[in-house]
Amino acid sequence: MVGPLIPMGVIPETWNNVIALLLGAGFGFSLEASGFSSSRKIMGTFFGYDFVVLRVFFTAAITAMTGIIYFDYMGWMDASMLYINPYYVMSAIIGGIIMGFGFALGGFCPGTSFTGVAIGKIDAMFFSAGLFIGVFIFSELYPLFEGIYNSRNLGGVKIYDLLGMRETVFGFLLILAAIGMFYGATFVEKKVKKVEY
Amino acid sequence: MEKLKRDGTFYINPYLGGVLLGLVLFSTYYITGRGLGASGAVKSTVVTAVHAVAPVHADNNKYYSKFLGDEGSPMNNWLVFEVIGVLVGGFLSGTLYGRLKFKTEHSPKITSRKRLVAAIIGGILFGVGSQFARGCTSGAALSGMAVLSASGIITMMAIFGSAYVFSWIFKKLWI
Repeated sequence: MVGPLIPMGVIPETWNNVIALLLGAGFGFSLEASGFSSSRKIMGTFFGYDFVVLRVFFTAAITAMTGIIYFDYMGWMDASMLYINPYYVMSAIIGGIIMGFGFALGGFCPGTSFTGVAIGKIDAMFFSAGLFIGVFIFSELYPLFEGIYNSRNLGGVKIYDLLGMRETVFGFLLILAAIGMFYGATFVEKKVKKVEY
Repeated sequence: MEKLKRDGTFYINPYLGGVLLGLVLFSTYYITGRGLGASGAVKSTVVTAVHAVAPVHADNNKYYSKFLGDEGSPMNNWLVFEVIGVLVGGFLSGTLYGRLKFKTEHSPKITSRKRLVAAIIGGILFGVGSQFARGCTSGAALSGMAVLSASGIITMMAIFGSAYVFSWIFKKLWI
């Protein structure tokens, strides 16, 4: 079965929502079980007392990346059919900075706040409510942002093409960088005073 | 086998958690051709709600109208079902490890009230930012990194870089 299965027509579209529920459940379970339903555990990454976010995030990214490169190489999946978010230089950076600001105040990102909601965290419920308000504000004020939102579109460009590298070389360097960060994280955790939460 | 700790203090090994999450993300790409997401479900809900309350306004707004297709509502969206799944999966894990409890988590240096105000403002900012970046930590950063997209990696660096700076400015909220 050559993937991606739904775009290839291997699995009929009618199964789409059932699959979405199942994959979402796996997503929610891995986030909650790793501790992402706790804002103070998440924020540990920025203060150095708990690097769970760094470890989970980069392990997940390199696991999925390796799987995709391997399946594409073996001919089990046509990676050129995968959706790539277009790179709008300005809005990607501005959006990221605004999200980082929200992260520091709220202690969650959208996915993690939903797992907090699922186990009864009231702060996560307030954060999630804020998300709806934020999307509404952006939409209503869209004419003001439209210029930035649509400026400098580089399309679905890959980072290794932008850097003039081969995909596998970049992937390998990313794995090395992740392992380096994991060692660094353990080193910093030992130096930083424990925070009870 | 060791007895499962159910007092809410047990978390799985972060590298195991990362591999699990990575396999879920990989499976999502393999099956659907797209990555995971979270803020997209919020957007679909907002678009649907505004369209239900003020259909003419939604049709005239250039942003909402991007997502209002001809056939039916944007609620019928993959990400909405996926996020319902996230709630189910989070609930299952919380049940398994004994973490189901209504609670406002905050630093001992601030009141619950202050924590909730910061949480809602943080949520608003995250909502706005995720629209600029065409996705949040899940849809833009994590899913983008799995396919090594430039937008994913740049957005990831912007989120974590900015969060690092701002978290030290608002240190009192946390430690």
